[in-house]
Amino acid sequence: MSLLLTIGFGPLATAIHNWVTASISNATGALATEMVIVGISLLLFLVPLCFFLGYMERRVAGFMQMRLGPNRVGPQGTLQIVADTVKLLLKEGLTPDASDKFLFNLAPIIVVVTSMLVLAPIAFAKDFQIWDISIGVLYMASVSSISVIGILMAGWSSNNKYSLLGAMRSGAQIVSYELSVGLSLITIVIFTGSLRMSDIVNSQADGWWIIKGHIPAIISFVIFVIASTAEINRAPFDLAEAEQELTAGFHTEYSGMKFAMFLLAEYINLFIVSAVAATLFLGGWMPFHIGHWEMFNHIMDFIPSSIWFMSKTFLIIFIIMQFRWTFPRLRVDQLLNLEWKYLLPISMFNILLVTVCAIMGWYF
Amino acid sequence: MKEIVFYILAAAILVGGLLAVTSRRIFRAAVYLLFSLIGIAGLYFYLNYEFIGAVQIVVYVGGIIVLMLFSIFLTQGSGEDMKKPLLGRVIFSALAAIFGCGLVMSFINGHEFTYSAKPALDPSAENIGFQMLNTAQYGYILPFEVVSMLLLASMIACIVIAIKIKVPAHAILPDNPRYHDDIDLPKELVLEENEVVA
Repeated sequence: MSLLLTIGFGPLATAIHNWVTASISNATGALATEMVIVGISLLLFLVPLCFFLGYMERRVAGFMQMRLGPNRVGPQGTLQIVADTVKLLLKEGLTPDASDKFLFNLAPIIVVVTSMLVLAPIAFAKDFQIWDISIGVLYMASVSSISVIGILMAGWSSNNKYSLLGAMRSGAQIVSYELSVGLSLITIVIFTGSLRMSDIVNSQADGWWIIKGHIPAIISFVIFVIASTAEINRAPFDLAEAEQELTAGFHTEYSGMKFAMFLLAEYINLFIVSAVAATLFLGGWMPFHIGHWEMFNHIMDFIPSSIWFMSKTFLIIFIIMQFRWTFPRLRVDQLLNLEWKYLLPISMFNILLVTVCAIMGWYF
Repeated sequence: MKEIVFYILAAAILVGGLLAVTSRRIFRAAVYLLFSLIGIAGLYFYLNYEFIGAVQIVVYVGGIIVLMLFSIFLTQGSGEDMKKPLLGRVIFSALAAIFGCGLVMSFINGHEFTYSAKPALDPSAENIGFQMLNTAQYGYILPFEVVSMLLLASMIACIVIAIKIKVPAHAILPDNPRYHDDIDLPKELVLEENEVVA
């Protein structure tokens, strides 16, 4: 336990940095080597994470519907997802004859690369972050808007009616829900006064924003969870895929590893959305602190920061997974009504409320 | 190293732009334009203007390109290759491009760039926000407000174009008793009371 406390992720990153700069004298070469190390460790983190999320999703589905879920391959069905991955690897990556082949093969790459880029400013633990960019929140909101182009591209280039319909629905949905996501992020930015992720986490050292920011923070948290569920095309907002109407929506024609890339991007996006909600509203890696209760805060500090971050993230992933098995899918008109007639006016009003609270100092 | 990054970005912008105008398929042209715009955003990041780079991606990539792709989706026969343009048009547009390029180059070569001794301005989002709402001398509050009025006006105009007016059904279809509900009609289809259909 004491070992865990002394070896944090921050010193580890510094040690690797020192080692790389010592062994490679050229500064450019050292930077390039560090980028490669970061990329490889990100992949080594993401692929098992997506395995786990796939398994978790099916077990949560089983739990919600009073059945078992995968339980034959390996202990408690844990190896089921490995079997599925091997199956996807062995399948042929089909490219339809009448499709636009260049765009068809480009689309899954764009979707995956975009989700990987968005991961950069997330603080995984104390002092452990890929890129602490000064506009962290804005960067994430802007880069994540590229992924809709990958989806539109996939739907168009497949040369399939279902794909086209799915892509159109997805485009309308993501473009409208982006507004609510952005406005709910701004709430916390107004409280913190900074777009930088590390500043946002550090500002929650005396309590998380969902507690300190009381009413406006809770409103924007609820709006963020709803709107971001829509933005990552998960049920009950999965009109873009809608198995019963559109077979599989924009990725109807994809198979093998190209389909697996869409799946990978979907789970990475789920993780990102939950990580952002955890960072902005639940304090990120910051332990649960209450004002000036020194003793209590000190006890909470004994739990490592990475465990705090991961447990908050998985709590929100668990909530979003439960949505999928609780609500029926919305129609297109209901979807657009929800955004433009309810969520957007509420979040605009909320911005006013939060500005008043921030100016008057009505938060803890 | 820095130069290599710059040349990669510049090549992406130029090749993307060139392919966007020469491509025979309209959807591909939009995608090449996307690469060009992302390259420009990359150039802003390269210059450490992170805020402008992010705004470039939000506005051009997330907004304008998505709208373009949407309108291509709704266009009939947009999947086929476009017809080859007339030779005369190709020649004249090439001439326009060459002369435009020459004009810009002559301005750049004629202008003398001097190094300023002043420290560089802080490009952070805080400073940009402060300058935008600055009412002191050299503040940007007036242009900022004028642009926001323009945006408000265009938003209202969009709503006015898209709005529907409820009319009682018997005003349009008086003879049929089946239509007794109100009907949503686009505004231009609703006749004034004294108007006579020619």
